[in-house]
Amino acid sequence: MTATQTPYIGQRVQRKEDPKLIRGEGTYTDDVTPAGTVYMALVRSPHAHARIRKIDTSRAKRAPGVVTVLTGADTAATGPLPCFITLPDLKTTKHFPLASDKARYAGDGVAVVVADSRRAARSAAALVDVEYEPLPVVTDARAATKPGAPILHDDIGTNVAYVYPVKGGDIDKAFREADVVVKHTVKNQRLIPNAIEPRSIVVRPDEGGALTIWTTTQIPHFVQLITSLNLGLSQNKVRVIAPEVGGGFGSKLNVYAEELLAAWLAKTLGKPVKWTEERREGYLATIHGRDIVEDVELAAKKDGTITGLRIRGTANLGAYLQAFTPVIETVLHIFIVPGAYRIPAFDCEIVGVHTNTTPTDAYRGAGRPEATYLIETSMNLLARELGMDQAEIRRKNFVPKDAFPYTTITTLAYDSGNYDGTLDRALAMADYAGFPKRRDEAKARGKLRGIGLSSYVEICGLAPSKANHALGVGWGGYESARIRVHPTGAVQVWTGTSPHGQGHETSWSQIVADAFGISPDDVEVRHGDTLEAPGMGVGTFGSRSLAVGGVAVHKAAEKLREKIRLIGAHMLEASPDDVVFEGGKVHVKGVPERAKAFGEIVFQSYLAFNIPDGMEPGMDSTVYYDPSNFTFPFGTHIAEVEIDPDTGTTQVVSYSACDDCGVQINPMIVEGQLHGGIVQGIGQALYEGAVYDENGQLVSGSMMEYDVPKAADLPIRIQLDHTTTPSPVNPLGVKGIGEAGTIASTPAVVNAALDALAAVGVTHIDMPLTPERVWAAIQGVKR
Amino acid sequence: MISHDFDYQRPSSVQEAVKALASTKDAKILAGGHSLLPLMKIGLAQPTTLIDIGAIASLREIRTSGNTTSIGALATHDAVASDATVRRSFAALSDAAAVVGDLQVRTRGTLGGSLAHADPGADEQAAVLAFDATLVAVGPKGERTIKAGDFFKGTFETALAADEILTEIRLPGQPGRTGSAYVAFAHPASGFAIVGVAAVVTRGGDGSITRAAIAVTGAAASPFRATAAEKALSGSKGDPAAIERAAAASRTGFTALADLAASNTFRTHLVGVFVRRAIDRALERAT
Amino acid sequence: MRRAITVVVNGTKQSRDVEVSQLLVEFLRDTLQLTGTHVGCDTSQCGACTILVDGKATKACTMLAVQADGAQVTTIEGMARNGELHPLQAAFTKEHALQCGFCTPGMIMTAADLLARKPRATEDEIRHALEGNLCRCTGYQNIVSAVKRAADDMAATPARATTEARR
Repeated sequence: MTATQTPYIGQRVQRKEDPKLIRGEGTYTDDVTPAGTVYMALVRSPHAHARIRKIDTSRAKRAPGVVTVLTGADTAATGPLPCFITLPDLKTTKHFPLASDKARYAGDGVAVVVADSRRAARSAAALVDVEYEPLPVVTDARAATKPGAPILHDDIGTNVAYVYPVKGGDIDKAFREADVVVKHTVKNQRLIPNAIEPRSIVVRPDEGGALTIWTTTQIPHFVQLITSLNLGLSQNKVRVIAPEVGGGFGSKLNVYAEELLAAWLAKTLGKPVKWTEERREGYLATIHGRDIVEDVELAAKKDGTITGLRIRGTANLGAYLQAFTPVIETVLHIFIVPGAYRIPAFDCEIVGVHTNTTPTDAYRGAGRPEATYLIETSMNLLARELGMDQAEIRRKNFVPKDAFPYTTITTLAYDSGNYDGTLDRALAMADYAGFPKRRDEAKARGKLRGIGLSSYVEICGLAPSKANHALGVGWGGYESARIRVHPTGAVQVWTGTSPHGQGHETSWSQIVADAFGISPDDVEVRHGDTLEAPGMGVGTFGSRSLAVGGVAVHKAAEKLREKIRLIGAHMLEASPDDVVFEGGKVHVKGVPERAKAFGEIVFQSYLAFNIPDGMEPGMDSTVYYDPSNFTFPFGTHIAEVEIDPDTGTTQVVSYSACDDCGVQINPMIVEGQLHGGIVQGIGQALYEGAVYDENGQLVSGSMMEYDVPKAADLPIRIQLDHTTTPSPVNPLGVKGIGEAGTIASTPAVVNAALDALAAVGVTHIDMPLTPERVWAAIQGVKR
Repeated sequence: MISHDFDYQRPSSVQEAVKALASTKDAKILAGGHSLLPLMKIGLAQPTTLIDIGAIASLREIRTSGNTTSIGALATHDAVASDATVRRSFAALSDAAAVVGDLQVRTRGTLGGSLAHADPGADEQAAVLAFDATLVAVGPKGERTIKAGDFFKGTFETALAADEILTEIRLPGQPGRTGSAYVAFAHPASGFAIVGVAAVVTRGGDGSITRAAIAVTGAAASPFRATAAEKALSGSKGDPAAIERAAAASRTGFTALADLAASNTFRTHLVGVFVRRAIDRALERAT
Repeated sequence: MRRAITVVVNGTKQSRDVEVSQLLVEFLRDTLQLTGTHVGCDTSQCGACTILVDGKATKACTMLAVQADGAQVTTIEGMARNGELHPLQAAFTKEHALQCGFCTPGMIMTAADLLARKPRATEDEIRHALEGNLCRCTGYQNIVSAVKRAADDMAATPARATTEARR
């Protein structure tokens, strides 16, 4: 074991996850095939809205290799899919894996085929004869609220699932006393998450009625919980393993129909059951993200001081409430809309509406990118109205550095911040002052160049359990961790987080290494297996893993560190107050040679005959950490774009970001999260958008139509800088960075494009800024 | 996953392949497979027999004899793009082959396969059309040649008979001071051309343009020659005003496609933009 | 219909009787248990299944196993030799060019073909060469850095570069 003086926190430690992944030796769910596996295929409704008159499974049952063919009526014993959210007056209905009365979106499952090969299952699925009575379709959320709109859920009798208001301050006064009010309609289009690994599940029945489930999930513990509750299995009989998971971005933050079906089928058939989605199937049957339209009015004084903000929005929930659907455009959205600014009066109401589309749920940022896009495009609209500079209007309204902790008009308590700090550094990095020259140079080449700012504040570290409860999230927001130091000194860590690319094995090792004064190489981090887990794990989403799960690991390590100190003092016959922990050793203060090494002390804890009286033997600790508050990362991103007016093509030509996520455990990983997040946000700004036709067919139904960002789309390197304002919420001073890039980049790019287009008179454009949209906007102004 | 079963043959000569094709119903020729296999995976093509011509090595050759360069139908996009003769004498085809799909598609997808498949947004067909190529088809009655201008009949439709195999693409040598180029506005997701334009221009002794051939892919159900634009350019000095006239002329005379990525209005507009760009680049090369 | 094929995979001759409809990627994953090659889409877009067939980057989802009869195939599992990582593999970890790792094998295989063609590929050439490989995690920046770094490392040890060039 290599003891070292160097703290590993803050170092660019190489990832422990990589060696197997770069050799092709990682095990993803679809790589698991127990002996005797049978395969599941779903029959999906081709209609967006249709009564199911009759399902004839006889042809399919006779097809070669078929084990069974079942409908919704046959599979009700799976129980319904969970929705973990309980907003006031939320209209809910039971949502079963297979629809039995009517199909409510194109792709809604209506029957399941099990066969001895993937191919046999898929072929037989085409032989299930379903008689549909097509019904009128509504895909637009605002249209779905109109009288006479087709109603999806007859038992609710309305498409409106919730109306969620948040108010603060005197909004009427704010608008009465304002010098200027800017208004616009802000649309966050529907997005398809596109984790590169398709969803997959394998369920193996084991002895004694137990099930082992491998699944592509961000929340293995919730899959375990729901499976055991729904199937009436004792929870200890259900083991859920999230092996390597190939990206999630919220799309694997659910308990899906296929998971419940496969578990129930494996239990019923007594055979391992496997299902892996095909990509086009996933486009229909895996949750979508965003899809909200908001009418925004921002009121301000002549000098740019904001007086009030009013929002009336409609969120498209899709056909059903999935695990977190109702929380996305309410709690995770509205509260953070004020962003980095002092807003004295606020009045927001979001209506959540069902339509005949794929359900929407959490997608990277989940409500917060929508908030930042809303406020940051509104700030620029206000700046243009007042003839103010983009940076100046932000400075004018920033929550000042000395105002923290700061309580927003929406009652959030921002932990720490220095918004001018990241703005200053981003402006310097982007050479903001030199922009006019670059714009003129581009003009000489026939290009429209623009620069756009986005100063964001994110809410993450979800969440204090009491806050969860108050906000309608039906489960606590803690995280669990266990550290076991074996008698030989080998260190194993179990975390309740469930990484799928975030590098927790590496970062958590760094945290533990520093606590024990050992090398991260000597720490093994394990995750994603409910059998091994320390206890209930909440999972990985909402940029919570480090600020909650990492802190849990830290606290578990601190408990053992204290035990090591006490045993060391005992062995050294010194007072515990006189021993110092340094470099993997405990020594008597001022006498470094009177020392006991980490390994010696651990061994002694297991021998147990030379430890302080009353102390438990062993070196093992389990911690549940429940944070006292959210954390609030922040930063400023600056994008520069060039638009080719001939083709409408928008090209990001420069991107600079200064972020503050508190203390960074591993800057290499932080930067990687930012790169990926920024490009994903650029994807929303410029390329991506799910499109339905009037019949509710997903026209952007495959990777042939839906434009996921590619390597050549961004021809430049993203420049990154950071400041460090530790969070007082947790002892590590950490915040979160998984979603910040996505949150910040979308408005930065759109603001840059609108800055460029201002030269030709365009003042508004909706995402994605496709070439045709940009070109048409320019033509529209010309006319 | 391909969920239907089929027979598979791997002939070692064109004659064998033609025989196989004649003796089976609903058979399909498998070249590089990059048009056919994706359709089979989603069930849109369900041939009963695949005749894999991949073993017929002679069909991969690119050779020049006399005034004609012949490209075997099985030459991959990659082989076409990196061939020195094609690059030198038929730059528009080289340009087009270099932007087909992506690197992996280019290493297996073939020129002949793409032409025979006739996707409306395939890149190379514009160049083949602009160079007045001759396509060679072999059927039970032997070999026949088809002018490129007669080959493309519509979306996924060509002049090839059901029992014929495309074997060769012959490009006639170009006179001195000829330059050519292909530029495209690619579909952001699929990579196919929303609009792709191949221009071939020849300057005379006095620098004026003696011949202009301009072909457009992606814009309509099948690729077409922009004859009005060719006329507008021919005889001119290739000056900006003439190029602009050609660009304007190119926006008429066809029925534009429309899809999620581009409406017919936008496509029509883009044809003009890319005709201009293709001519500009071709003229730069006409030295 | 079934047909006998022989394919040399990562240097080992594999003779099997396969369904003619079996895709090469299914042959690798299901028949040979080489699960390092992944499937991320069904329309030949994502590139997660990229392998080398006779040295050239190929989407194994868009080729039948029978078409590979007689070919030399290299998958990600065949890139490290005698326990020593291929320079691309080493560079991917050094530059933090992977997060979830699902696209990584395909990325590495495409990059291997690129560097065999263009050992001094520019950043721009690297970005264009990787157009057929989608990554949702990294934003590609570190992937481009890794390929550049591997190119530099291979140039620094030319002997290795030539043996690595076409496996």
